[in-house]
Formats: sequence, C-alpha cells, structure tokens
Amino acid sequence: MSAATPAPAPAASSRESIALSVLTNPLGLIAAILLVLVIATAVFAPLIAPFAPGDLQIFKINAPPGDGYLLGGDGSGRDIFSRLVYGARNTLIGALIALSVAAAIGVTAGLFAGYFGGRREVVMSWIADGLMALPALIVLLAFYQSLGSSIQVSMVIFGIMLSPGFYRLTRNLVNGVKHELYVDAARVSGLSDMRIIARHILLVIRAPVIIQTSIVAGISIVIQAGLEFLGLGDPSVPTWGGMLQDAFANMFVVPTAILWPGLAISITVASFVLLANAIRDRLQQGNRTAPASKMPKVVAKPVGAAPTDNDLLLDIRELVVGYPGKTGWTEVVKGVSLQLRKGEVLGLVGESGSGKTQTAFSVLGLLSTGGRILSGSIWFDGRDIANLPEDEMQKLRGKRIAYVPQEPMSNLDPAFRIGFQLTEPMMTVLGISRSEAKARALKLLAKVGMPDPMRTYKAYPHQISGGMAQRVLIARAISCSPDLLIADEPTTALDVTVQAEVLELLRDLQAEMGMSVILVTHNFGVVADICHRVSVMKDGKVVETADVRTLFADPQHDYTKMLLGAVLDDVTPRTYRPRMLKEVSA
Amino acid sequence: MLSYVSKRLLSSLVLLALVTTLTFAMVFGGADNVAQNILGDNATDQQIADLETKLGIDRPLYEQYGTWVAKAVRGDLGMSWTMGESVSKILSGRLPVTLSMVVLAIVIIGVVSALLGIAAAVRGGWADRVIQLISVVGFSLPNFWLGLILVVVFALNLRWLPATGYTDFTTSPTGWLASLALPVGALVLSGIASASQQVRGAMIDALRQDYVRTLRAGGIKPSSVLFRHALRNAMPAALTVLSLQFIGLLGGAAIIERVFAIPGLGSITVQAALSGDIPILMGVVVTMIILVVIVNIAIDLTNAWVNPKVRL
Repeated sequence: MSAATPAPAPAASSRESIALSVLTNPLGLIAAILLVLVIATAVFAPLIAPFAPGDLQIFKINAPPGDGYLLGGDGSGRDIFSRLVYGARNTLIGALIALSVAAAIGVTAGLFAGYFGGRREVVMSWIADGLMALPALIVLLAFYQSLGSSIQVSMVIFGIMLSPGFYRLTRNLVNGVKHELYVDAARVSGLSDMRIIARHILLVIRAPVIIQTSIVAGISIVIQAGLEFLGLGDPSVPTWGGMLQDAFANMFVVPTAILWPGLAISITVASFVLLANAIRDRLQQGNRTAPASKMPKVVAKPVGAAPTDNDLLLDIRELVVGYPGKTGWTEVVKGVSLQLRKGEVLGLVGESGSGKTQTAFSVLGLLSTGGRILSGSIWFDGRDIANLPEDEMQKLRGKRIAYVPQEPMSNLDPAFRIGFQLTEPMMTVLGISRSEAKARALKLLAKVGMPDPMRTYKAYPHQISGGMAQRVLIARAISCSPDLLIADEPTTALDVTVQAEVLELLRDLQAEMGMSVILVTHNFGVVADICHRVSVMKDGKVVETADVRTLFADPQHDYTKMLLGAVLDDVTPRTYRPRMLKEVSA
Repeated sequence: MLSYVSKRLLSSLVLLALVTTLTFAMVFGGADNVAQNILGDNATDQQIADLETKLGIDRPLYEQYGTWVAKAVRGDLGMSWTMGESVSKILSGRLPVTLSMVVLAIVIIGVVSALLGIAAAVRGGWADRVIQLISVVGFSLPNFWLGLILVVVFALNLRWLPATGYTDFTTSPTGWLASLALPVGALVLSGIASASQQVRGAMIDALRQDYVRTLRAGGIKPSSVLFRHALRNAMPAALTVLSLQFIGLLGGAAIIERVFAIPGLGSITVQAALSGDIPILMGVVVTMIILVVIVNIAIDLTNAWVNPKVRL
C-alpha cells in the first residue's frame, strides 16, 4: 500500500474566501469598515486628536461643543473628542489582552482535552465549570487591591475567566471530528498527534474560534469599561469607561456627556457582534435554502371528481410534492397516483429518496418544514384532503388516519410516561375520560403483546426496549380505530427476530380491525409477508403497481426486476408463515 | 438523587475552598499598605504598625488563613476593617436588596425570553427579527450605560421614577417596584438578548424531533404539542442558560447598584475593593459562590424532574 495521503477536511474553505464573502454581506461590510475605523483611530490617535488627552483648560469645564472642543469639555476641562480618540487605543489594547489570554488558554486546553480525552478532560472540565460559576466582575473587584489600578493586569485575569468559553467550544468541536474518517486515515498513515492537530483539527475549529473571538472581544470591552466606570482604572489614562465615570459625576450638569463614550463602546461592540454573525451566516450558507415564505404560493387543483366507488378508501391522483430549493421548487414526488381499497394492505416500495415516505406524509398532511403539495389530489373517503386546512386535517389524524413511524425510540416523547402518551390521544380524539382511557390503554398494551401492561404503562420510554416501543406506537396508532394506517418502515430499526413479531402483530391487527394499511418499506420480504398489492417507486414516480403474487412472479419494469434481483439472489420467497411466533407474542 | 446532591455539594465545597484560598492569597498578599490606606497619609509608622497588629496582617499568610477558615466554617466572617461592624451583619443586611433585584431580573428575563423565543421558533417572521435585533443591541449596550440613559430619560427629564435609592419591599411594595424599575430595566436587556436566542434554538430543536411529528399524526392538539411536549423538552437548555444569567447578573449588579446608589452586595463590594476592606471582600466571594451553588443545584434538580432520562 502506498503512503496514504489523507483527504483534506471537508467544508474547509480557505480563509480568503470566508473574508471575501463576509464582506459581500452588507452588515458584515459595515461592521468591518467600522472596526477598521476604530483600529485606525487607535493606531493614529496622536495624529487625529486635536489635543493631548490630559490637556486641561480650566474655563472649559463641562463646556458645550464648539470653540475647538468638538464635543465639548469634560468635568476637568479636557477635550472629550480627543479623549475618545485616545480611549479607543486603551480599550482595544485591554480587549486584545483579555482575548489573547482567553484564546491561548481555552483553545490549547480544549484541543488537548478533546483530542486525548480521559482524566485530563475530566480535570480540565471541572476547572472550566468552576471558573464559569464565578461572577467575573466580583472576582476582579476582590483582586483589585493586589492587582492595582492597571486595567491591563485585570484584563489578564479576566482573560483567564473567559477561557472556559473557548475551552468548551474547542473541546466539543474536536470531539466531533476526531473520529472522522480523514482523521483516522491521517493517524493510520502515521502522522504524529501534533501534526494531525495542526493540519486537520485546527482547520475545523478555525472559523468557530474566530466567531467566539469576535464575541469575546465585545464582552471584554464592556467589562473593561465597567471596571473603569467603577473607578478601578488608572485615572491618568483616558478610557471610554473612565470618561463615562466622569460624565456620570457631572450627569446633572451635562447629561449629554454620557452619550459619546457609551456610543463609542456600543458601536465597537456591535461591530464585533455583526462581524461574528456575518461569519456564522457564511458558514451556514452551505445548507441553506430559500425561505418558504419567499416561494410563490401554490394551490393544488383537484384532479377529477370524487371517486364514485364506495369501496375505494384512498385515491391519490397525480400527486406532486416539492420543497424549496436554491432555484425554485425541488420536486420529490412527481405525479404519483395510488389507489387503496378498504381493508387492503398496499406496499410502497423503493430505495431511499424514491419519494415513498414523502407520499405517505402528504396523506397525513405532515410534510417537513417548507414542503408543499404542488398539484394533484388526495381523495380520502370521498373528500379531497390535499388542500385541507390544518385544523380540518388535525381532526382526521389519529381518528381516521393513523401513523406508525420507523424509529420507535425517537418517536416517543422522552419526558412523559408511556401511559400518558397512550391516553392523551384517546382523550383528545375520542373525548373519553382519563380513567376510561387508562382502562383502554392497558387493554391495548396487552393486545400488542406486552407481558406486564401496568409496568409498561408506568414506564418512561428509555426504560423499554425498541421492540416494545414499537408495539407501544402501534397500540397508540390503532387506539382510536383508524380507517387507514400508514406504517413507515415499521420494522427497519428493529432486530431481525423482533421484526417478524411486529409484522405478525400488524397483520393480525389489520385482519381483526379491517383497516386499510399503507406499508412503506424497502424490504421485499416484508412485502411478501403482509401486503396484498405493491407499488414500486423510483425517483418520485410509481413505476409499477401489481398484485403481490403477480409482481413477484412476473415483474414488468426493469427497476422492479433489479430490486427483486437484489433481494432474491440468496433468499427464497417465504411460503410459510411462522405461526409459532404468534404464540410467543400473544 | 441523594448521592447526586451530596456529590454536588462535595464538589462545590472543593470549589469554595479553592476559590477562597486563591482569593485569600491574592487579596491578603497584596495587603501591604492596607493600614496606610485606612489611616491616611498622615499616619505615623507606629500607628500603622499598631493597626497591622490589630488587624492581624503582620502575621504570616498561612497563619492568617488558618484563623480565617477556622472562624468562617463557624459562620464568623470577621469584622470589617473600615465599617466597624461584623461582615456577616453587613452582608446579611445587603443580600436581600441584591437578591430582590436579581430575582426580579431573572423572572423578567425568563418570561420575556420564553415568549420571544417560542414565538420566534414557531412563527419566525417578526419575532425572529426582534430577537436578532435584541441580540445585537442587548449585547452591545453596556448595562450601566443603558442605566445612565434610563436615568436621564425617565428620572431627570420625564421625572417618572426615582433616579437613585432603594425602598424596602416591606416598607412599600410600590416604592420597591419604582426603585427597582430602572435598575432592573438596565439589567435585563442583555439577559433577554442571550436567553431568548437560546430558548429559540432549544424550541426549534425540540420541534424538529421525530416524536413531534408522531404526536401530530396522532391528532394531539397543536397547543399540547407545543406547550406540553416541545416546551418541556426544551426546558433543560433554557434553564441552564438562566443559571448562567444568574451568575452574570450578580456581577452586573455591582455596577448597576453603583449607578442607582442601591445599598446592595454589589455596591459594598466596590466600596470594599476601593478601600481595601479585605474581610468584606472575602465575605462577598463566599456568599456569591454559595448563591451560585444553590442556584445550580436547584436548576439541576429541576432538570432531572423535567427530564426523566437524567439520573441523579
């Protein structure tokens, strides 16, 4: 094997491109210009300021603007404008000190804790938590006597107190990437830890650290001004906070004097925040789409008249579903037509991304954020529900159309007991009392094969297994005797043995209650086991619909043949039903 | 849960010990000219030496520390060097003032942030823009500057509210509210700025969870999905932010109390810092850490109650 060159970190755009695109954002550009102005003011203060910051003119105490003093005089007769200019210098130096200390300690500790983990991480995290539990200003006040009136020394201490922010950020980022394949590849190829950190991990943490830096700069400026305002700074050094202190002392004489230093602080801090926001927006741009509110309004027109066949429960006609993309609607379902009779089980088969789940969610009226039915009709029991208002749709859900999800554990609310999650829909949908709902829930739990219904009733979701959770979800779905059950890959997330039991349960319940079922799956084994008819979907379209036996015996479409071929190569179609499993589950 | 609380208390005790030791070393190590400061420039060397003996700061640092700890664990924080009263007495008189201000601020921050955050998470639109604006403005305006502006506008120009001072709640509830309206107003903006964003993020996360879709699919009312299920799952993140806010407010109170001449813990800290009254400073540090520990434990217990998965 030749020396592997680890692939570069994904999504790591170069510094130049970030800087450029931040400047194309109007707010980012304004913030950058303001910051450059503040920094230039600080650097060239002696050239800009008309007076030295300490120049006194006794007749200009609290003087109004004019006569050489652009913004008037302060309580000692010094030029407010000149002091603002020199204040920028001292403020930025203080912020830079706090920032450098915080970033140096926090990022280094975060890199080591995140990369090496173990006991070091525990200790460092404990220290970080401890530092975060201290009110920084109180600590700085307490230390004032020993630190002296040099605000710069205080800012070093403040930097230490701010370091947990950098530490946590860096540690979490490193924890997130250290097991990425490209980092593993670098390790396998023999790069030393230091090289990996320098080459791969620093690249990932760079942008978030820059954002944090910008925000910490803002915090430092505010806290520094606060300390100076309290009189903890060196009175001979012109600072924005010190100027506020002076203005505060003369507030009843010249109330407007409090404006200038405060504005200087606020504008500088706001520039840092806006810059951070602009960088963040830039980083998030990759996965951003046009907001749904800006998309053209669409109202799907009914296709044809209501079906006359009373036996037909669901009649989907030419359904088109779209999501807002970067350039208009991206269609994920492209003209699907499906029919479902009463008491029939329809398998909806296809690879992931074929639009089968989106079709199912359209029937429930539960497309993800931004998703729309662009055209087509969904006739359900003689009514087109494709454009039904949300409150009308809500009355159908649970009562007439129910849903069993794919991943059982994430579909139960972790904060509530199973019992509550079973009784709440019954009380809402059927309007029955709590005690009646409880009695029914316990019966349902027994029916879906729970060995100890009361125990499950009282359990929290994290206390039961995945298979049990799926049974609970099935119990909840059938609790209000729906006409249509939509099961979205109900067995995919379960162990193989449990899969068979859950399918068995679904089949028994369907037969007993006579409800219609749409079973979304990619598994032909499941289809063969339980479905009457099958529709095969590919790229948002139905390519073939047939009776289940016909489809297995004589697939028409190439895609169906391919799918069947992929499954059936090493598996013989099941011709028997594992009856003994039912006894176990009953 | 009992073991959790005891573990937490133990960890907090270690923190308390570390911080007080460090503070003690820092503060007393720099106490060379405390006597000089207290007595003024005209004091004779003999007077200074006498005072140092009286205060005990002529002894070695570890000896002083031993004495302080031995007394502190019995609740005796010593005598103030400049105010002629016991530290415990001074602090216990001032703690309720600061606490009433901070608690009022936290309640307002919590309620406003919850409303704004939920509205922004659910509706987007105007609430989202308000939150974005507040997050920049609230972050950029130093709270004491905001306080000064509030004083100029509402106390000096409009004369609606008192500019300074504090009225006890037991003396006059309306007076209490009036005296705290401006300081609390100055304190809450930055808190709302960060907390409302956190609530928004936590709510958006909660609403994205699979079980929310499944609840809706089961016909659960939108109000229940939002306020019973999503809000409860978003609560831990929001509460954690509030605990950080509480710590920030304790510091912020120091400056705000100065602006509004409120006789609380913050203003005495500033006074003690400037005059070098070390026993008071030590007392303040101890009090603050204990407050923070209590709040953090309370928040953890609430989180465990809200989220059964958290095992204490």
